[in-house]
Amino acid sequence: MGPLVYDPVVSLVRMIHTATPNRWTKVHAPLLPSTCCPFSRARLYREAFLGDVVIVVSPACGRGGDMASSSVAADMELDRPNLEDYLPPDSLPQEAPRNLHLRDLLDISPVLTEAAGAIVDDSFTRCFKSNSPEPWNWNIYLFPLWCFGVVIRYGLLFPLSVFVASWTGVIKYHGPRPSTRPRQVFVANHTSMIDFIILEQMTAFAVIMQKHPGWVGFIQSTILESVGCIWFNRNDLRDREVTARKLRDHVQQPDNNPLLIFPEGTCVNNQYTVMFKKGAFELGCAVCPIAIKYNKIFVDAFWNSKKQSFTMHLVRLMTSWAVVCDVWYLEPQYLREGETAIEFAERVRDMIAARAGLKKVPWDGYLKHNRPSPKHTEEKQRIFAESVLRRLEEKEK
Amino acid sequence: MGNASSMLTQYDIEEVQEHCNYLFSQQEIVSLYERFCQLDRSAKGFISEDEFLSIPEFSLNPLSKRLLRMVDGLNFKDFVAFLSTFSAKASLQQKIELIFKVYDIDGKGRVTFKDLLEILRDLTGSFMSEEQREQVLTKVLEEAGYSKDCTLSLDDFIQIIDHPGLKMEVEVPID
Repeated sequence: MGPLVYDPVVSLVRMIHTATPNRWTKVHAPLLPSTCCPFSRARLYREAFLGDVVIVVSPACGRGGDMASSSVAADMELDRPNLEDYLPPDSLPQEAPRNLHLRDLLDISPVLTEAAGAIVDDSFTRCFKSNSPEPWNWNIYLFPLWCFGVVIRYGLLFPLSVFVASWTGVIKYHGPRPSTRPRQVFVANHTSMIDFIILEQMTAFAVIMQKHPGWVGFIQSTILESVGCIWFNRNDLRDREVTARKLRDHVQQPDNNPLLIFPEGTCVNNQYTVMFKKGAFELGCAVCPIAIKYNKIFVDAFWNSKKQSFTMHLVRLMTSWAVVCDVWYLEPQYLREGETAIEFAERVRDMIAARAGLKKVPWDGYLKHNRPSPKHTEEKQRIFAESVLRRLEEKEK
Repeated sequence: MGNASSMLTQYDIEEVQEHCNYLFSQQEIVSLYERFCQLDRSAKGFISEDEFLSIPEFSLNPLSKRLLRMVDGLNFKDFVAFLSTFSAKASLQQKIELIFKVYDIDGKGRVTFKDLLEILRDLTGSFMSEEQREQVLTKVLEEAGYSKDCTLSLDDFIQIIDHPGLKMEVEVPID
């Protein structure tokens, strides 16, 4: 695939893109929301989780991975990193227990503030917000140009795309081309269904994907099966073990195409990354991170699956000028001594986020489809109850 | 999926601002409208319970169920009015009134021992037994001069809760 008949446009874009790579990021930046979130990072996590407790999400302070997997197995939950694994063991501020008064029990203002804060803005929903590009066609000179562009895009490029089954792309690859060796997996951040196509241009990958309904599912079963894809269903609890086994079998075979996994588990809007699932990191092989960053000026590649069907998303992509993005192949990583799978996943996520200029949020992507586990609420309740009881004891002394 | 503020006219913004007693600036109202549209995915004109619960941070909150009874089905004007209590400009009286309303969820005008128990149950879950909760509440009530059977009014609440450290503020991010 690649540009076929759109050479003038593509050449122009390619010329600009390759000539001034740094300028892209600078031009790119104003289109990102200019506000930093009003909460500073530490406060964001604190307010997100346990009210008065500070959480530090760092690789150094996870508890054993075995604890996570046993608790997950016990709860029969979907395989996702436990938020508690990110809590340092003594996270409670050790304040001197004061006397308990009626006011302390009646004053629920911190809890209400947290709830209202979540209603006004929350870091999870921000990950899935499509950012509409600033309208540039608003004056008399640019408007005819925009009209001309619409005619070209819908009248010329789109029908050609449908027939020729390709669309323009200016993709800049950085880093060494992935080699086909056994015992390695590739992980990348996930923004859209075309992530796979972009990466496939360079190397033939086998990918693990969610089976979609409708005509997409049909294409998945016919075309993608030939590249050696693995299917899973995120809503099927038992599927998890079967999938893990399939993954492990796949990487052992030297003949198979290298496996590409998107550990976020869902499409995110290319400005944030959600937590990586540890499945890809406990296969006992090298993990090669790939960072993908789309240039929003040409098209917003993010597929907002809550707002658009895949068909509409595809139409929108095909009627834009070009898909412009950067792909960075990063150094292969190995599990370090004493590191758990979750810590490993976080470390790789750090690398990818730093390279592609994405912000990290400590949420599990599957929360898009499911409610958070009641464990987190219970943790808050436990902390409050213990504080009340302790202060009551103090009082009675 | 266009720019949300283009659907909100200047008259609308002013009407909403008046309804919330000018506690939010016009920019904040535009910001809140974008947020409202983001949460109200099916563009019904109000946010359903399900859509509130899809915010993980809200879902985790121990008082989420109680708050849902207050915010479920609010249209945009009332949504802003509800959130205006959390503005930095709102009076202490208004904030304590909201706390009172959360306790007195059925709007009797008075808070009974049962209401206090229910909220304490939401906050502590299974980590305190029912007897422990009753014991704690009776003790602190007695200490403050109230018996177990008497009910609390809004004035009682203001008297008890009012202290200089009370801060119930949320900042509305403006793009």
